[in-house]
Amino acid sequence: MKVELRVNGVSRTADVEPRKTLLDTLRENFLLNGAHAGCEHGVCGACTVLVDGEPVRSCLIFAVQADGYEITTIEGLAPAPGELSVIQDAFCETHGLQCGYCTPGMILSAHALLQHTQTPSREEIVEAISGNICRCTGYGQIVEAVQFAAARLQKSNVPPQHAGPGHPGAGHDAPEEGVLEAAEADAPTEIVR
Amino acid sequence: MKPAPFEYIRPRSLAEACALLAGDEDARAIAGGQTLVPMLAMRLARPAKLIDIMRLPELAGIRTEADALVVGATTRQAIAERDPLIAAQVPALARVLPWVGHPPTRNRGTVGGSIANADPSAEIPLVAVTLGAEIMLATPDGPSSMPADDFFIGPMLTVIAPGECVSAVKFPVWQHKRIGVGFFEVSARRSDFAFASALAQVALDEDGRCIDIALGVGGVGDRALRLDVSPLLGTRLDAASVAEAVHAVAADMEASSDLHASASYRRRVAMTLGKRAIEQARTEAGARPLKGAA
Repeated sequence: MKVELRVNGVSRTADVEPRKTLLDTLRENFLLNGAHAGCEHGVCGACTVLVDGEPVRSCLIFAVQADGYEITTIEGLAPAPGELSVIQDAFCETHGLQCGYCTPGMILSAHALLQHTQTPSREEIVEAISGNICRCTGYGQIVEAVQFAAARLQKSNVPPQHAGPGHPGAGHDAPEEGVLEAAEADAPTEIVR
Repeated sequence: MKPAPFEYIRPRSLAEACALLAGDEDARAIAGGQTLVPMLAMRLARPAKLIDIMRLPELAGIRTEADALVVGATTRQAIAERDPLIAAQVPALARVLPWVGHPPTRNRGTVGGSIANADPSAEIPLVAVTLGAEIMLATPDGPSSMPADDFFIGPMLTVIAPGECVSAVKFPVWQHKRIGVGFFEVSARRSDFAFASALAQVALDEDGRCIDIALGVGGVGDRALRLDVSPLLGTRLDAASVAEAVHAVAADMEASSDLHASASYRRRVAMTLGKRAIEQARTEAGARPLKGAA
């Protein structure tokens, strides 16, 4: 079946079997390997992507169901190739990751939360990432990363893009084939504190 | 790709969807897919056709009727959770929704899907049974409906027949001025399947006497149960009366047993949560202003 999807602000087409999940389609057809395949039945949250700005599990939605939505993967968050979003940078700063497998899902869940609220409480952060399992960090530093990112965003003078469904989280210059761009762009960048 | 192959069809109308579902007994309806897709991935379900009803306009939306709020089957749980109309008119539904799955599953999962799935520990069926909601069905012969109590017949079992699908849930709206809701559940982890849960909704008159009460428990038996606590009508819901009424009706109720929790444990937890839920509902109702009182 032919499907036309909007991924990171770009229209993409793929010819997929109906049983192919959005996760597999993103990874295999579009080479967006930032969405990770963990349990593949909706428990671990490693495959989290944003659909119309809200986190969903891409292993629990078939690509054929996903036309007409604005899909954002971790590759679509950075403002430009080689840069990190504020939340991504905060995860580095606070050591909010070890093996990194859960990290794209964690960051996208946190991104959606911070689109809704500028000053999340600890409980709201915990609730927001409750669908994402991390087996390394024990979550403490992940929560810290989200708090750190929230504090930075408050000081950044950038009005919250916010507001509910329909928000495309990606910039227009998001990398096309995310994983390849990200690998090339692994150069040191100056961190603005 | 973990699921077995299937054909994917997105009908344009509800009538077409019903015809497709009636025409092939291996056809399944899919909306949010948050329970069905894991079943497909584990090949516990192998439908030949998936009929996608998510975008059918007939199944969408929330509307008020006389004494009732009709929630369309494909209303996303996350949308319902934030809906001001639901919060104001069916506070019990608003109260339990944060306990349904996790934020990412609520963003896809639907109210009607949880009803049709009929998990014994699920919160939305508990609200439907406790409040005496009406389950609206689309059938090949046109719309029909039945009380939630008749709709659920066992674990993951409903009376729904091939060719039918849940079109909406009609929740009764209590018209009393002082209403309160209480809800508690016990599970291994927050948002995991409840071993036992209890939901209460009470209405108090100006003197603080109970004029209406509904109590339901989930996760205990093979479906959500409404418990008859009508002896509490007219009382002030004092602890002794509540304990007596809950024990009388719940002490010998059927309970299931598995490796997580024994039948006896489930029953005892349900009774304790039931008492707490009534107490919480009474406190909440008592805190409401006496609109129209002298």
